[in-house]
Amino acid sequence: MSEEKIYWKGIHQLDDSNADLSDLEQREFAEKLPSDLFGKQKESDDQSPTRRDFLKYLGFSTAAAAVAACDGPVIKSVPYVVKPEQIIPGNANFYATSYWDGYDFSNILVKTREGRPIKIEPNSDAPDFYQTNARVHASILNLYDTQRLQTPKANQADISWDDLYLRVREKLDILYQNNQTVVLLTSSIISPTTMDIINQLTAKYSNIQHIQYDALPAQGVLDAYQDKYGERAMANYDFSSSKVIVSIDADFLGDWQNGGYDSSYVKSRVPDESDKKASMSYHIHLESNLSLTGANADKRMPLKPAQLKKVLAHLYQKICLGFDVGDEDSEIQSIVDHILEKININPAKAVVVSGIESKAAQSMVLAINEKIQSSAFLPEQPLYFKKGDSLAIETVSRGISGGQIKGLIWHGVNPVYTSPIGQQLSQQIQNLDFSLALSTVKDETAVLAKFVAPTSHYLEAWHDYHPKKGHYNIAQPTIRPLFHTKDFQQILLDLADIPMSHVDYIKNYWQNNILIDSNWNQVVHDGFYLKNEPDQPIEFSEDTEPIDALAFINAVDSPMSLILYPKISLGDGQQAANPWLQEMPDPISRVSWDNYLTVSISDAKKIGIVNTTNSHGAIDGSIVQIKVGNRELEVPALIQPGQTPGTVGLALGYGRKQGVKNEMQIGVNAFELLLNHKRHQNVEITPIKGKMHEFACIQLQNTVMGRGEIIKETSLEEFNTQEKEYYNPVVHVSKNHMEVPVRSQEVDAWRSFDHSIGHFFNLSIDLNACTGCGACVIACQAENNVPVVGKREVRRSRDMHWLRIDRYYSSHESFKEDHKKAEETAWFGEAFGTFRKLEKAAENPQVVFQPVMCQHCNHAPCETVCPVAATVHGRQGQNQMAYNRCVGTRYCANNCPYKVRRFNWFRYNKNKEFDYHMNSPLGRMVLNPDVVVRSRGVMEKCSFCMQRTQKTIMDAKLEGRQIKDGEFNTACAQACTSGALVFGDVNDKTSKVAKLKNSKRKYYMVESIGTKPNVMYQLKVRHTDKSKNHAITKEV
Amino acid sequence: MNYTKEVSEDEIKFSIVFLKSLLFLVLTIFPIELLGQDDATIQQGKTLFNTHCAACHKVNRKAIGPALAGASERYDREWLYSWIRNSSAMIAAGDPIAVALFEEYNQSVMTGFPQLSDQDIDNILAYTDYVPEVVQAAQLTTATEGPSETPTLYKIFLIGLVIVLVLLVVMLYFIQKRLIKIKTQVESDFRPDPKIDPIWKAFVKNQFLVFSTVVLLFLVGLYQLYGYMMQIGIDKGYQPIQPIHFSHKIHSGDNQIDCKYCHASARVSKHSGIPSLNICMNCHRNIAEYTGEEDLAAGYDQEFYTAEIKKIYAAVGWDEENQVYTGQTQPVRWVRIHNLPDFVYFNHAQHAQVAGIDCQTCHGPVEEMEVLYQYAPLTMGWCIDCHRETSVDLLGNEYYQKVHEELSKKYGVEQLTVAQMGGLECAKCHY
Repeated sequence: MSEEKIYWKGIHQLDDSNADLSDLEQREFAEKLPSDLFGKQKESDDQSPTRRDFLKYLGFSTAAAAVAACDGPVIKSVPYVVKPEQIIPGNANFYATSYWDGYDFSNILVKTREGRPIKIEPNSDAPDFYQTNARVHASILNLYDTQRLQTPKANQADISWDDLYLRVREKLDILYQNNQTVVLLTSSIISPTTMDIINQLTAKYSNIQHIQYDALPAQGVLDAYQDKYGERAMANYDFSSSKVIVSIDADFLGDWQNGGYDSSYVKSRVPDESDKKASMSYHIHLESNLSLTGANADKRMPLKPAQLKKVLAHLYQKICLGFDVGDEDSEIQSIVDHILEKININPAKAVVVSGIESKAAQSMVLAINEKIQSSAFLPEQPLYFKKGDSLAIETVSRGISGGQIKGLIWHGVNPVYTSPIGQQLSQQIQNLDFSLALSTVKDETAVLAKFVAPTSHYLEAWHDYHPKKGHYNIAQPTIRPLFHTKDFQQILLDLADIPMSHVDYIKNYWQNNILIDSNWNQVVHDGFYLKNEPDQPIEFSEDTEPIDALAFINAVDSPMSLILYPKISLGDGQQAANPWLQEMPDPISRVSWDNYLTVSISDAKKIGIVNTTNSHGAIDGSIVQIKVGNRELEVPALIQPGQTPGTVGLALGYGRKQGVKNEMQIGVNAFELLLNHKRHQNVEITPIKGKMHEFACIQLQNTVMGRGEIIKETSLEEFNTQEKEYYNPVVHVSKNHMEVPVRSQEVDAWRSFDHSIGHFFNLSIDLNACTGCGACVIACQAENNVPVVGKREVRRSRDMHWLRIDRYYSSHESFKEDHKKAEETAWFGEAFGTFRKLEKAAENPQVVFQPVMCQHCNHAPCETVCPVAATVHGRQGQNQMAYNRCVGTRYCANNCPYKVRRFNWFRYNKNKEFDYHMNSPLGRMVLNPDVVVRSRGVMEKCSFCMQRTQKTIMDAKLEGRQIKDGEFNTACAQACTSGALVFGDVNDKTSKVAKLKNSKRKYYMVESIGTKPNVMYQLKVRHTDKSKNHAITKEV
Repeated sequence: MNYTKEVSEDEIKFSIVFLKSLLFLVLTIFPIELLGQDDATIQQGKTLFNTHCAACHKVNRKAIGPALAGASERYDREWLYSWIRNSSAMIAAGDPIAVALFEEYNQSVMTGFPQLSDQDIDNILAYTDYVPEVVQAAQLTTATEGPSETPTLYKIFLIGLVIVLVLLVVMLYFIQKRLIKIKTQVESDFRPDPKIDPIWKAFVKNQFLVFSTVVLLFLVGLYQLYGYMMQIGIDKGYQPIQPIHFSHKIHSGDNQIDCKYCHASARVSKHSGIPSLNICMNCHRNIAEYTGEEDLAAGYDQEFYTAEIKKIYAAVGWDEENQVYTGQTQPVRWVRIHNLPDFVYFNHAQHAQVAGIDCQTCHGPVEEMEVLYQYAPLTMGWCIDCHRETSVDLLGNEYYQKVHEELSKKYGVEQLTVAQMGGLECAKCHY
């Protein structure tokens, strides 16, 4: 008899009375499964879902979702109760207003749809300041920033406006009775009305003292002008008719004198081809960092800070004082001689500008320009952008610690972040009994305030400005305040007990003080008002005291200088919360989402800094420790061609921590190193072994390797003397061992499209006019709902910009030499590795910028490989992309020779992994309703702003008329106030673009592959000088 | 009785009173009689009222101006003549009644009608004095009679139906009984051959038949599935219930209001636009009650429609009593019927204004729709079919002249279709 054996696990099993054990035997698992695997653990264990339940729920919900998906959602439409007369759903309204944030000034048009602003455009009717740069274009996104201050606060708790006023008045009254000083700290006020309101307030509270503070002051410029002309202002310049522009560290395409010189500069940079003796300005640029302006110069010389001073001092002595003993450094002397030689050709057509921040330097510049009677020098129409005192913040800090200042009110400034004494100030503000922040965002300083009064965004507020003599501006709101905010001036009016709205106050003030021959409505409509004001009296004084130039001549450089500069994208860091600007690549380094130490090639070698490219094609860089004074920072280093050896650069505006989403708290705060508010500092650099930083760099190939088909350029001399075939030959390709021009029908594998009827859109890009400023990139992003993908994705080369501006360095002294070298070594180059050498940029390279978007090829390689015909050609010249048809094979992107197609690797909207503006309902308000938001898995690219051409055509149809030239425009071409990008209908023979199509400078990118693009480039003409090349700074 | 006897004064008085009251009784009971007499007067009055007064006055209700019923009794006739011809002069002259009236109605000035004769004004007053009661009485009777009559009719019908059904059941029972009887008789005589398979077994044994049936079923199934898949997301016939029962039939059918009066942005914008409530109030400020035809079968009587009008008032914040806006608004959340996907660009102005296509082409007979529904499938195939077939007629639009001339020469046709004009290109509708 076989009996089933019973195995027991322990002695307890033999005891039948053990109930626990028998219960245990019945169970599958000894312990309960952790039910919180499937979500939150319920309070009672019995109710927690089992695995089976989970599967049931899963199955049911999947089935339910599948069934529900078959029915469309019920969509509600809510029309206006009372529709405002001027709003027509589906049509845009434009309002003229002005932009000013203490850093940029611009006359703009705001495009609104159904009452919400969606885009900034330049106000081309304005006579001046019509230039909109990338920061101005991007500023619209800050309106919809979820980090904005939404309600008044007292001690971090939300309160009502009435309560806030009550408590603030109470405090102010006590301080007033005790006659204790309260400082009202603002950025430079260029608004006459605001100044008047502040005066009203200080009249009521005589203990309030108004101080203006700029994060990036222009103390020297203001002092020099005041000394000479008696007013605290900056001299204006107009480069449009200049023949020689000498810039000594003046980054006038960047932030020098608040920028805005692109348009006038470019006017002097484009040679007129109808003229046999075409001319363009000769731009000499001396600087330490490679700036945007330097990159555009004809002759750029990298010098160290003291050398810059020397050059200026010698120029001053020679021109103004008439004698100069010369410099002991023969190279400095030869630079000075070269500049003098150029200026002396026609002194009145020359101009000298400088960014050296000292009163002496600026006085020298004024004296030089006065002496040569420069036509570009306009001291009689001064600019009022900067009013601040660079040491104001130190005064305030001392006042607080000394107990003289008992209260602080501030607006438009963030001194805890932007001043070198930020940390100290932070403590002091916290200890203050009364601190009131009038701020739009909860920035580093606003978080410390006892009281916070949220102010409106500039698109929600009224404002007026007086940026320049005779030039007045109005800013009007384009949307009702989104949150419980008020105009900054309204709060001051309320505190001063003036029962008036801000707009009425402005209106009154203007009618009484400013308007003469115009009316209020007209001014609000235009956005600007030109007043016939007498020019600033300019006396040409012969016997002014000579400036002591010796200090400059004897200046000595430290072994290593740090040059702090604001980036083109982020500026002074006010817009650090703006994902568009964070993702906008730096025009020079092409790195996005970072600031870094720019180091010259030779210094990098010396210090041991490396930049490596990893297998993904992303750049990593060494991290170094820098020490300025007693402050230390760890920063990543990027090797930057063009950087003067002996100097390093670091961008300001990064490292913001408050009022900025986590993703955008990036980089280091370089303001901490801005000791004494000086941009030049002595620095010590120590490498940190083995520590690397990951960069998100958009461009990895820095040179064109002598490929003349991408970038074509010539010299002004050749352009004037040679035939077109010499400097801009049509590319030839080989057919049956015969050289045939690529434009001939013979070598065309395709039947050509008939574009002769209807519109035929073309875009011309002038490499001479393009400064690389990147306004078009952001304008395109705003117009076409281009998503922000974040640093990690940019690093994987998954950036989504439809329009990029490629920047190329020459490998030799110039691109010309590159081409020559490439041709010479064509046969053996590969073998001897000379091509390899062409990959490396020169120490001081020539730079060229090339905007690249979809080239809208008539014979598009992408179209032929699409298996589902999602991308096809249109009769109007556009290469059309139907997103709803695309299945995401990405063949098209692989077959595109220009690499302009962008793939949606993820859904970038409503996705918390991409927590930028498209992830919040507020941020999505900026989206253009005329352009579809692309979904995951589809390809996208530039559409030639189809929605805009369609709209223009629609308007013409409704009005029953032909379309005039200039009506068709893309977002990029419109944003380019320099006129580098021209869009239009080439079938309209009178159009500007049709003329450009027949220009001698026209070429197509990589024409030999026969794509026949509808985007053409105008080759770059350089005003090179054949005289001896001046050496770069000697190595230290 | 002595009739020759002289009647006393009392008796005479009494008879006069009696006669008068008799007359009064007759008049009140049979107002129609009187209407018959003054029919012409009242008709003229009505015409005049509608032409001159109806914009601001109602007969029985306050509007911009006061209700006119009983005006002839409230005011002196001569005063009325002068008021109607030139009210502002009276106010200026300081006539107390005039000034009071002017103040009461928010100082809105009444248009003067100097062209009206005394007779005209009398006619209007005759109309405003008599018409309303009659109309209201008539309304009341129909309103009360309607519902009471319907149930009895239904009841009779239902009872009849029940009787017929019961009869049918009884008859069927007898027939079945009969049949069972016959069956048992037959079965006892007849036994089936056991060797013959039942039909389903025979079918299973025939492999060819099984195979072909499976294939057939599979194909039919596929076809059905395809059909099912293809209708997903197509909402032709979608007819949701709206928060306010807005009848296009009444507005654009009965009252012939142009589509683009309310959907004005269809002329200039890509959206036709759901009219904002202020457009409703252009008319409904004065039309507070529905007096048109009713559809009783569907339950849409006049009261129903009037209640819907009140919903507009509630939404727009219109205080009917005092004829003012309260400022308390409640936007209407309409259910959107025509939904194009986000990736489709459609422009109403292009179709309705430039091409001059009737709205009905795509939206169907809206003027007959009591409740609006989606008429067209709104699929891409549907769009494209139309673009292929429709010839463009763009005479007089200067924009098209040149391109039309050149293209028609190229294609060798008199008139181009939309497709030939480039209306089939992807990016014309998708970007």
